[in-house]
Amino acid sequence: MSEVPEKLEIKQRFPLWKKWLKPITEKDYKPGFYSYFALPKQVNSDFFKMPFGDVVREPLEKDWKLPENWKEIVLKEMKDTMRKNRGFKLFMDICVRCGACADKCHYYLGTGDPKNMPVLRAETVRTVYRYHFTPFGKIFGEWAGARPLTEDVIKEWYYYLYQCSLCRRCSLFCPYGIDTAEVVWWMRRVLSRIGINQRFMCISIEASSRTGNHLGLYAGGMAGSIEQALEELKDITGFELHTYINKKGADALFVAPSADYFATPHWYVLLGYLLLFNELEEKYGITITWSTYASEGGNFGTFHSYEAAQLLNSKIYKEAERLGVKFIIGGECGHMWRDKHQFINTMNNPPKHEEWRRFWEDPDLGQISAGLKGINLGEFISGEHGWIHILELVAALIEHKKIEIDKSRNDHWRATYHDPCNVARGMGMFEEPRYVLRNVMNHFYEMPEHTIKEKTYCCAAGGGMLADELMELRMRGVMPRMMALRYVVKKFGVNIMLTPCAIDKAQFPHAVEYWKIPVEIGGPMEMVGNALVLTAFGEKPEDRKYDLRGTPIREE
Amino acid sequence: MPELEVKGKKLKLDEDGFLQDWEEWDEEVAEALAKDTRFGPAIELTEEHWKIIKYIREYFLKYGVAPPIRMLVKFCKKEVNPNCDLQYIYKLFPQGPAKDACRIAGLPKPTGCV
Repeated sequence: MSEVPEKLEIKQRFPLWKKWLKPITEKDYKPGFYSYFALPKQVNSDFFKMPFGDVVREPLEKDWKLPENWKEIVLKEMKDTMRKNRGFKLFMDICVRCGACADKCHYYLGTGDPKNMPVLRAETVRTVYRYHFTPFGKIFGEWAGARPLTEDVIKEWYYYLYQCSLCRRCSLFCPYGIDTAEVVWWMRRVLSRIGINQRFMCISIEASSRTGNHLGLYAGGMAGSIEQALEELKDITGFELHTYINKKGADALFVAPSADYFATPHWYVLLGYLLLFNELEEKYGITITWSTYASEGGNFGTFHSYEAAQLLNSKIYKEAERLGVKFIIGGECGHMWRDKHQFINTMNNPPKHEEWRRFWEDPDLGQISAGLKGINLGEFISGEHGWIHILELVAALIEHKKIEIDKSRNDHWRATYHDPCNVARGMGMFEEPRYVLRNVMNHFYEMPEHTIKEKTYCCAAGGGMLADELMELRMRGVMPRMMALRYVVKKFGVNIMLTPCAIDKAQFPHAVEYWKIPVEIGGPMEMVGNALVLTAFGEKPEDRKYDLRGTPIREE
Repeated sequence: MPELEVKGKKLKLDEDGFLQDWEEWDEEVAEALAKDTRFGPAIELTEEHWKIIKYIREYFLKYGVAPPIRMLVKFCKKEVNPNCDLQYIYKLFPQGPAKDACRIAGLPKPTGCV
């Protein structure tokens, strides 16, 4: 063993501050860290048209084929944004570069790239703001930390603004409350005005505006998937279950992320939804329908621009009005809840039909079924704009003892819960999912306190970062979350991480394989489905032999 | 962006080797895509491969996307090999159903939260 040195010296070199002002170019792009540009078929389609979307561009080429007057457009859009959104203007002005946010960003922790610190990520924009919009910056130039807008700055923006998952962990620690995600979002919109669009999110946005969901799945495919789920449930429970699709006059519309009826492990959550809906209908006569038009709750437009977000979420209130439902239930999706909780009422008009209006005068479920009296949707955090979160509904059903639960059916699972950024930090739903999990299973453990609830670490694939070409960035960015997970795996023997977010469920299976952590990934509704006793169908707690994954519940 | 030459015609691919225009696909294109080593190891297409490729293709034309993995496994169990599971499909398509099977069947890359 080598001797312990008397004095430990770390050689640090601090580059000159002026060096940060020099933008990186396409030559500095590292594979695994930059996204592809959208193709004309995605951003110049009949369903989703972006300005200058008809040009094929390559990120690694020197010439980005920007429109002739790109500089004017960018400056004009920045100016407009500042005029309309005072928050953006404020965030441009008030940062004192204290660095409190620096080590709070999972991408910075994972990559070590200084410009991935939220302060510098936003500083790439602020420097340009100072040069073009403040007299001080204009006169003193780089001595005032200002730099002119050049094509290389656009390239630097594209690189770093698309290495952010808009999780907003940094804003939580900022003494001024600067929301770097908001800066990034508005600047992504500005980039989209000159034809710079990221491919992954644009494929999904185009598919969603064409077919109603991000997958591009047609109505028949969606219905077929749900039918298959019902068949599987018959094998597991032994009961003939059913569901409604596009049913007019139903009590509620159910909107889930489309991945739930397509991918695994999302699939088990779909089975959980269906079990709950069947029990509620048999017991309380409340009917819940799916829609093939509003077949996606998620909204990749929220990562791209205001216009795209508005376009994608317009369909849901329209569909609620067409079907004449009283309220909307939302499934296990992350960014959908930021969108539906904070944006939807200012982007689109809520439904105006009579049933909706009358129900929301006093939104007590007793209006629909006397047995459910006392559950008031107006008290829900998610209930503000006619939407309620499925887990919040389940929490209320458990609290009011409206459904029967057999905890022991989940005894083969030892679970922990990951807070999705947009559900926890975005909407403020911390306790309800935990209340549900503690009530449907006997083994539930928390990850360390500074990595959960409002301080939750991002899965590093949100905000449009789920693209395959960004795999390196994703695996690095997920590192803090994986370390927290490893801790509970070692300490409590956790074997499943539950998360109510479709992007998480797509990202984490890759992440736990990469970081070599032996856990499964799932959603809370899967555990609810396992534990729910279908009393209305005459099921007894001990009747269920298999869980929703088809594994035996009790050892013989 | 990469191209693929089939019967003297140059077909456009994207960076990961997926056909840009799914309508240009036919069986010869599939053979050429399977032999292309730029995007993964070459695959010798057997009858089992073809059954799966054709199923994926038909599902895509009908419903707009590739079939969910669970449906694919179910089909494979019924029509290809009664012992089929996910590992078996990975044996046929080493980079997995999304990256290899969909690419050879000429489908666009699956998107959304999957």
